[in-house]
Amino acid sequence: MTRPGHGAVRHLYVHLPFCAHRCGYCDFVTAVGRADEHAAYVDALLVELQLERPRLADDVETVFLGGGTPTFTEPTSLARLLDRLPDAEELTVEANPETVTQALAALLGEHGVTRISLGAQSFRPRLLEVLERQARPEDVRRAVHTLRDAGFDNISLDLVYGIPGQSAADLEADLAEALALEPEHLSCYELEAKPGTRFTHAHGEELRRQSEAMEDYFERVVETLTGGGYRWYETANFCREGRDRELRAQHNLAIWRGADYLGVGVGAVSTVAGERRRNLPSVGRYVAALAAGHAPPREVEALDDATRAVERLMLGLRLDEPFDVERLNGTVDRLELERLVDGGLVERRGNDSITLTRRGRLLGGAVTAALLG
Amino acid sequence: MDQSRIRNFSIIAHIDHGKSTLADRILQLTETVSEREMRDQLLDSMELERERGITIKAQAVRVQWKGHELNLIDTPGHVDFTYEVSRSLQACEGAVLVVDAAQGIEAQTLANAYLAIENELEIVPVVNKIDLPSADPAGTAAEVVELLGGSTDGVVRISAKTGTNVDQVLDAIVERIPAPEGEPAAPPRALVFDSSYDQYRGVIAFVRVVDGRLSTGTGLRAMAMGTDFDAEELGFMSPQRVPVESLEAGEVGYVVTGLKDVSRLRVGDTLTTRKGGATTPLPGYKDVKPMVFAGLFPTDSDDYPELRDALEKLKLNDAALFYEPETSQALGFGFRCGFLGLLHMEIVRERLEREFDLDLLVTAPNVAYQVKGKNGDWLEVHNPADMPRDAEAVQEPYVRAQVIVPKDYVGSVMELCTERRGRFDHMEYLSESRVLLTYELPLGEIVLDFYDQLKSRTRGYASFDYDLAGFRDGDLSRVDVLVGGEQVDALSLIAHRDAAYERGKLLVERLREEIPRQMFDVPIQAAIGSRVIARETVKAKRKDVLAKCYGGDITRKRKLLEKQKKGKKRMKQVGGIEVPQEAFLAVLNLDGERKR
Repeated sequence: MTRPGHGAVRHLYVHLPFCAHRCGYCDFVTAVGRADEHAAYVDALLVELQLERPRLADDVETVFLGGGTPTFTEPTSLARLLDRLPDAEELTVEANPETVTQALAALLGEHGVTRISLGAQSFRPRLLEVLERQARPEDVRRAVHTLRDAGFDNISLDLVYGIPGQSAADLEADLAEALALEPEHLSCYELEAKPGTRFTHAHGEELRRQSEAMEDYFERVVETLTGGGYRWYETANFCREGRDRELRAQHNLAIWRGADYLGVGVGAVSTVAGERRRNLPSVGRYVAALAAGHAPPREVEALDDATRAVERLMLGLRLDEPFDVERLNGTVDRLELERLVDGGLVERRGNDSITLTRRGRLLGGAVTAALLG
Repeated sequence: MDQSRIRNFSIIAHIDHGKSTLADRILQLTETVSEREMRDQLLDSMELERERGITIKAQAVRVQWKGHELNLIDTPGHVDFTYEVSRSLQACEGAVLVVDAAQGIEAQTLANAYLAIENELEIVPVVNKIDLPSADPAGTAAEVVELLGGSTDGVVRISAKTGTNVDQVLDAIVERIPAPEGEPAAPPRALVFDSSYDQYRGVIAFVRVVDGRLSTGTGLRAMAMGTDFDAEELGFMSPQRVPVESLEAGEVGYVVTGLKDVSRLRVGDTLTTRKGGATTPLPGYKDVKPMVFAGLFPTDSDDYPELRDALEKLKLNDAALFYEPETSQALGFGFRCGFLGLLHMEIVRERLEREFDLDLLVTAPNVAYQVKGKNGDWLEVHNPADMPRDAEAVQEPYVRAQVIVPKDYVGSVMELCTERRGRFDHMEYLSESRVLLTYELPLGEIVLDFYDQLKSRTRGYASFDYDLAGFRDGDLSRVDVLVGGEQVDALSLIAHRDAAYERGKLLVERLREEIPRQMFDVPIQAAIGSRVIARETVKAKRKDVLAKCYGGDITRKRKLLEKQKKGKKRMKQVGGIEVPQEAFLAVLNLDGERKR
């Protein structure tokens, strides 16, 4: 077990880039690697973690293993990594349904994983094919049951809407299927046609055509999930209101609230003490640098106070909790704020704080841009 | 030079009939410029002129031919510059009228020929482009004779492009155009027919000496403007400036004035000496007034000082350009500019964008209105937003328009002119197949897209020219546009009462398409006074938020947000509503859509 240092950072992100297949819409840093490469990569990760350890606080609160497909990582290497991570109250691992076996569930459970984020995306075979996902709908259901059997009581499902060819009925069906599995948490995103992806090349035109319909889809998602008893606590995230249990994703929640976080691994991003660092995306260069004991190649962005304030606002207004605009020292345009309050998009919470109304949250980007004047 | 050996002439033609090419050939044939120096269309020195094949600023070139001194005075070739053309013609005794052998007589041929006849010029008709396969020299010569009288034998048939028979044109100029007949001993009088600005030497006047003589160093006075200056240098163009000691009666040349402001020396004015000068100026001076107005606003409000400087510089070379500061609550700080006509406006805009690298928003053009207020005073209004709502009477400028079309399109042209409140004057067959229609039309109906419509409804066959015919009473309404309940000054328009409702309706429909959906419903209304005549609503958008945002892509998402913010900045804020700049141009194309 890596011993924490004496820094202030309480949130750690670890990137595992390996996937069985790169989906067309994905713009994350991924690699389709062999098992021996997995081991070398995990070695490198552990060296970087060692190098960065002084930045971490004694009591790390959350660790998040994202990818790629972390659960595609060769099990011995995955176990070795999990063993060396600092203790945390929340340890989330992203998993693709087709990788979830009883053995994997047991491995994760034995190594202290508390939360699984399962990339379901859809339950329609046709739409999964469009997304180039490997899993079939039954894989998703089976994965959830397997994890439940292994004792996991905090499972999140990812869903995507706005898939080319997805009808409103398809979306309703996906939401119903997801609710039937009673996950503690749901993330629901509109599919983004990210520039440069194979997917955008193939479907960009259709995505643009259906963009008006997405207004309906988004409202339908919010209505269905809140109607099903979920709390819409972040623009794209929903959680069950647990009895005495906090079921929001603690790791992401901290970031939305503006906390510093350390990211290790290829392509990983850290925001620490007014500086944002991004490790470059080449797995080969990452492994080579750390094998030689050096920090990996990365780019660094200095974040001044004004930039931080803009980010705080941008992230904070995605949440359903009151946001203190006063501490941003004049970042917010007061006239615009008045207008948005009058127009029913923003509500005041006491003297200093605001929340967005339901309509305001659907228009969160425009509201944020307006508040920035 | 003895006046009897001087010939002063212009070349007049419809656009693209070969005026500049003929001028080039004349310069070559008279060895005024060598082959090596020859550039095509040498006289059109501005880049824009060369591109558009039109001449904006006239110049005068002196050439020698068989013991005679010939002064070729170039004329601007477009309807907007009729006054300048008429001054150039007044400086001549004759004109070479060039007609394209394949096209025949066109509207500008007529307009220019009438101007020449009014100025009592001897016209040498020339049929050009006889080398073209589609040329009909005999038919065209017959049309010309029909117009001018005389015999087809007097029509010189040439190809300016190949140089064929250009010598015959020069011979005809010498033989047929009368020599000047001024009084060499009288007090000097010289007609200013053009001017330009040289950044080192100030205003340079192009003059035709009618009586007496001008000498270098003499104190001169521009009689109409009362501007005094010294003749720092005299000379003629060949085609570069060639200084001389004096310019004699009958001669054409330039005067370096040292003046720093072109507006102090206007085309049409008479120069005389301060001592022993003439008491009566030459006839015909007119203060040209801009008739077409539009607001020019910098797209980026930070560019306002650059726009001001650029207009100042342009004005140095273009006395007809008028501008005054304008503040629009929608578009910010800019200038209301006055132009002689639409082409003039287009040229000014292009020069501002090209030579001064400015990004401009130009509002829909409108004409000057004469408005009688409650107190009985008349005032001139240049901006629809300034039109008083309680005007007692409004007058608008009319033009006398001449359209020449193949006879099959007469119906379409009449229909268009009627839609535009035209009053039919007369119709005349120029030949079996071509018809001249004369209409009186409100200039306000022409400035939007009359010419485009004319071209499209006649498959490009119509040619069109007009001259101003004075102000007439008009039953006009001011239509205002309200966006989000707030009046947008830049979108007000003046329309005839019969068309106001439809124009208002079309405008709000167009604006609904141009204004993006926003966080709130945006009502768009058109109103006459307090009466709303049309209404549309841009429905509020229901979703505008990034799908997801996690620690790995905060920077990218922040940049998207900043881009969104910047996009907002590019829009104009009207009562908290973001109106894209394109929306302000919606009013420009309304009439195009009025059709069917």
